[in-house]
Amino acid sequence: MVEIRFHGRGGQGAFTAARLLGVAVTLFENRHALAFPSFGPERRGSPVLGFIRIDDQKIADRSIITRCDVVVVLDDTLLDASILNGLQRGGLLLVNTAHSELPLSVPAHVRTVLVDATALALQYLGRPIANTGMLGVLAALSEVVTLQSLLAAVRHEMKGSSAEKNAVLLEETFKASGGQIT
Amino acid sequence: MIPAQKAFLSGNEAVAAGVRLARPHVIAAYPITPQTTVIERLAEMVEDDSLKAEYLHVESEHSALSACIGASAVGARTFTATSSQGLLYMAECLHYASGGRFPVVMMNANRSLALPWNIYGDQRDSLSLLDCGWIQVYAEDAQESLDLIIHGYAIAEDPHVLTPFMINLDGFLITHTYELLNLPTQEDVDVFLPPFRTVNKMDLDHPMSLAFTAGPAYNQSFKQLQHQAMMSASKVIFETEERFGQLFGRHYPGLIETIHCDDAEFILVTLGSVAGTVRPVVEKLRSLGERVGLVRIRYMRPFPDTEISTALAGAKSVGVLEKDISFGYEGTVFTNVNSALMRAKVLPPRLLNFVGGLGGKDISATDIERLFLRLKSPDDGETVAFI
Repeated sequence: MVEIRFHGRGGQGAFTAARLLGVAVTLFENRHALAFPSFGPERRGSPVLGFIRIDDQKIADRSIITRCDVVVVLDDTLLDASILNGLQRGGLLLVNTAHSELPLSVPAHVRTVLVDATALALQYLGRPIANTGMLGVLAALSEVVTLQSLLAAVRHEMKGSSAEKNAVLLEETFKASGGQIT
Repeated sequence: MIPAQKAFLSGNEAVAAGVRLARPHVIAAYPITPQTTVIERLAEMVEDDSLKAEYLHVESEHSALSACIGASAVGARTFTATSSQGLLYMAECLHYASGGRFPVVMMNANRSLALPWNIYGDQRDSLSLLDCGWIQVYAEDAQESLDLIIHGYAIAEDPHVLTPFMINLDGFLITHTYELLNLPTQEDVDVFLPPFRTVNKMDLDHPMSLAFTAGPAYNQSFKQLQHQAMMSASKVIFETEERFGQLFGRHYPGLIETIHCDDAEFILVTLGSVAGTVRPVVEKLRSLGERVGLVRIRYMRPFPDTEISTALAGAKSVGVLEKDISFGYEGTVFTNVNSALMRAKVLPPRLLNFVGGLGGKDISATDIERLFLRLKSPDDGETVAFI
């Protein structure tokens, strides 16, 4: 079982990232997933969460996710100690930021990776929406999902030029994080 | 590249997909969180012509169900969906639908009731309306929700049943959670669910009275017939699930589902999505040699009294976990389970009512482990425990 939490602001697609990842692993990798937003009213700009549980078997437990293997932060203005809640030993913290340092201390056992996914999103989408870009980073730095499944998921869920631009963004963030396109 | 029938959908989207497959003639609904996305999807389907139905925008839930009753009274297959305060606002019409024997199918997103105002899930809305003459079923996940929509029409429209059907999904935990499911094909659903045919309708060639008055001399006879029809629904539910399993390959266990109950000493009885949190805990405790079990109640009406008392016959200690409280006594599910046990003269040494999840309070796997520990501990005299 892999559990991931996405932090973003309403409108940045934190839950869409979780849902796209769910599409990628269920429809294209024959695994199971439960993806859900932080429940309740949604307001543009307010802090929101997206969650996903991934497993090889059907997942029955729908209680709140309290332990995380990966935390993905889409907006660096959300960075505070609560970002680390539940992040396991050896966990992965992926932060979309133009800065080279974090304004908080992260335990040494957490692998932290900073990426300026917004800059890449502006370049390839023309919009500062980094959610699919951060999924490319996730594919490059973990075994959670393959780039191929994410590309298929984007083409399954999006249409026309939006699908193609997001596919390019996925590939570019994947490469920028050291992923090898075979 | 992917099998055509696989989809990654939320519970609400699964319900909308199931409704489209059932080909209703009339949909009337009023939006309320967390039901809204069901009727948004249905409105989109009607708009893009992938669902040929009359979609009525109404000004309230009272009107939504009234419109469905009116449409059902001319022989139309109808659907509505609501939640919480909306369901309560329908309360008067719920009895009109069941008393008039109109087999409306409704999805209810289980949600807390005000005050304090709260949009999150518990089951006080539907459980407070057990007596309104509707079949009530509680889903555990999105796949079951979709399948229950299709079962629902087959069961409700059966001439021996002719009783409206309420499918309950835990608000957010099912309605807004995305998961992998298998979509039945339209061809298969058309075979399983033929068009609605009823004699209980306005028909100029065969005129009959509908929605009439019945005084003291006859009124009770109608109520007895209603009760008999609901009781006969149990058999129709089994037959419908059997037929569904043969055609679609997904098998449902009837009014209740039992996990490891045959030799269990400590059994938790519950309903809805929290059963999914109990399952892995039961497996974990079993692997440690603990004799624990789970009863998942699917149908609250008709109530599976024999099934429950049989499943609990050998238990030392039974806990009923529910997201409901009848203020001043105990949870309504507990009352019903107790009554079933008393009828069967099955009296487990210990019976506890766990009330939790009110207003969306999380129930974790650790909480469930604690409940099993509590069932094993010496009797402390308490019957109703808030968890």
